[in-house]
Amino acid sequence: MSAPTTPQPPPTAEATAQGLARSTTARVLWLVAAVAVLAIVCMASIAVGAKSIPLDEVVAALFGSGDVNNQVIVGDMRVNRTLLGLMCGVALGLAGAIMQALTRNPLADPGILGVNAGASFGVVLGVSLLGAMSLFGYIWFAFAGAALASVVVYALASVGNAEATPVRLALSGVAFAAVLMGFTQAMILMDSEVLDVFRFWQVGSLAGRNADTVDSVLPFIAVGVVLALGLARTLNTMALGDDTASALGANVLVARIVGVLAVTLLCGAATAAVGPIGFVGLIVPHVVRTFTGPDQRWVLPFCLVVAPILMLLSDVLGRVVLSTGELQVGIVTTIIGGPVLIALVRSRRTVAL
Amino acid sequence: MTTTNTRDDTATDTAPRAVTVERIDLSPTSYTVRGRGDRWSVRFDRRVAVVCAALTTALAVVLLISLAVGDYSIGPAEVLRTLVGSPPDPLADFIVNGRRLPRALVAFLVGAALGASGAVFQSLSRNPLGSPDVIGFTSGASAGAVFVILVAGGSMLQVAGGAIVGGLLTATAVYLLAYKRGVQGFRLILVGIAAGAMLQSAVSYMLMRADLIEATGAQVWLTGSLNTRAWEHVVAVAIGMAVVAPVLLGLSRPMRVIEMGDDAATGLGVDAERTRVGMLIAATVLAAMAVAAAGPISFIALSAPHLARRLARAPGATVGSAALMGALLLGVSDLVAQWMLPSPLPVGVVTVSVGGLYLIWLLAREGRRHHV
Repeated sequence: MSAPTTPQPPPTAEATAQGLARSTTARVLWLVAAVAVLAIVCMASIAVGAKSIPLDEVVAALFGSGDVNNQVIVGDMRVNRTLLGLMCGVALGLAGAIMQALTRNPLADPGILGVNAGASFGVVLGVSLLGAMSLFGYIWFAFAGAALASVVVYALASVGNAEATPVRLALSGVAFAAVLMGFTQAMILMDSEVLDVFRFWQVGSLAGRNADTVDSVLPFIAVGVVLALGLARTLNTMALGDDTASALGANVLVARIVGVLAVTLLCGAATAAVGPIGFVGLIVPHVVRTFTGPDQRWVLPFCLVVAPILMLLSDVLGRVVLSTGELQVGIVTTIIGGPVLIALVRSRRTVAL
Repeated sequence: MTTTNTRDDTATDTAPRAVTVERIDLSPTSYTVRGRGDRWSVRFDRRVAVVCAALTTALAVVLLISLAVGDYSIGPAEVLRTLVGSPPDPLADFIVNGRRLPRALVAFLVGAALGASGAVFQSLSRNPLGSPDVIGFTSGASAGAVFVILVAGGSMLQVAGGAIVGGLLTATAVYLLAYKRGVQGFRLILVGIAAGAMLQSAVSYMLMRADLIEATGAQVWLTGSLNTRAWEHVVAVAIGMAVVAPVLLGLSRPMRVIEMGDDAATGLGVDAERTRVGMLIAATVLAAMAVAAAGPISFIALSAPHLARRLARAPGATVGSAALMGALLLGVSDLVAQWMLPSPLPVGVVTVSVGGLYLIWLLAREGRRHHV
């Protein structure tokens, strides 16, 4: 069976190298349009909720005038929530694009490095050792778990003389994530208090996070974004295969380590802050590639803008769709993203990695 | 051919004239057995055959241990006597034939079904991460079963029914949504991802809204368990296997041809789309039986084909050796789950760990040998 050595289907009419927007002008226009949509979604995220606030009062509250209640809602809750959604969307979208490029596998999401499994394990371990705690406590357990898991996965993929080839990286990630999942499930099943915390955490939600959460994940995500964007050129050459990339002057090993580091920072921080939201990192790069083609210099900036649109739009819809309470952002992303992905796959030519 | 293997020469000499064994130049360990006048021929790989034999032996050992070990220990000799119908006492007969044997057989059959199904899906999707999840089957089954448990409140049988209905509906929907002048691997994967993710959030949502005790019950089912499995489960899965196995064997060679690409396959006289639909149905039925019998036991479908292939170091015989490997993994996992943990846990907890650790070990060993 040739599957492990050739994860990519051969190029056919259905998986071509060209996106919809072929000229640089078209791509710039699409990007500008996407940024405009993102700005609108951000404003909506501040305005919409259990108490709807008209846009002029939103602006007033942002500048510290107007109704005091509105100032509290906008300043303390909605702005932080919007910022967090923005940051986590950016982080997950970029991490997904990098991960799919590094492993050259369309099934790869950031979780394939073991990040989600590590974060889940961290949360479950924290709860079962220390009991239920504040949201702030989970963050560090989740982040530590995510970071440890991706270090182990990378070390495992590159043990001995072998290089961390795409297939080895993907397999190591899946294997180690499975082991962690086993431990997580065992702890959940042995202690129903742990299950009670875990079932709410694993859905993924932006609700109830405050300024502390934003402050604590911001530095990690900022560093991750810089590392990720710097990789674009090297990832383009690596798409030709490791040997060709080396011959063209790319340092494949360094690029891979930087990529793994970026994914760990981005996805680890986002997962720690809002729970495992895997689908954003998985679908956004696929959607983006149908517009840009496989050139990472365009894919990465587009992911940076499109992923937070999906994230914030889902969050806003989740706030209003139920008559009482909220639908968590992790659920809404899949409800919106799933049909979009299926429609794209059916109607457009899918762009392979 | 310059190298000669003395054992083969003797084999050729001592074998009756009707059957000849010849070595193939393409691969150093491949042989072809030919019948009289080339009326039939079977190609096999020596290392694959050795690995399959070793796996079968290991399965026999695991079966013996499963039957002997427990709260009421029974010696190997007594186990064998009980199996052939002369038990030392009625209690041993009840425990071995009534309780432990069906459970072990369900474990083997479910493991084999998952392993074979995973091998097919990895070949169809041409992706090393392929598994019945690719077509959304497991997510659909989980959603169906969790709906029956948490919302409708059904019996064990209804839960199994809900899983099968959910899984098959999802698989059909994914296939139809991915269909556009034939089904291509890449499109199938993407549609499967989308459907799977949507159903997974439905499961998360139901778990979150449910009462904690009911959620725990649903979580046990989601983990996959072999508790209280009896002869009716064995019979059901065995009948399914008996129906599907010939189909899989017949399609396994065209399936390997399709891996070279549809054009090459068509050139070699293989109907790619028909083969793919046949494999898809066979593998989905296998996964459905496994999930209905034991819940969505994760990771066996993913890891068994890789483990089998890495042991055999050959591309051939994946479905058969993956099935044996899956059976062995689930058999060992169930032993560990029942007797080697501080408190007994559902087997699905152990499969992920046992399969994961084994895959990690194999990857690490490969890395040290630089044999990638």
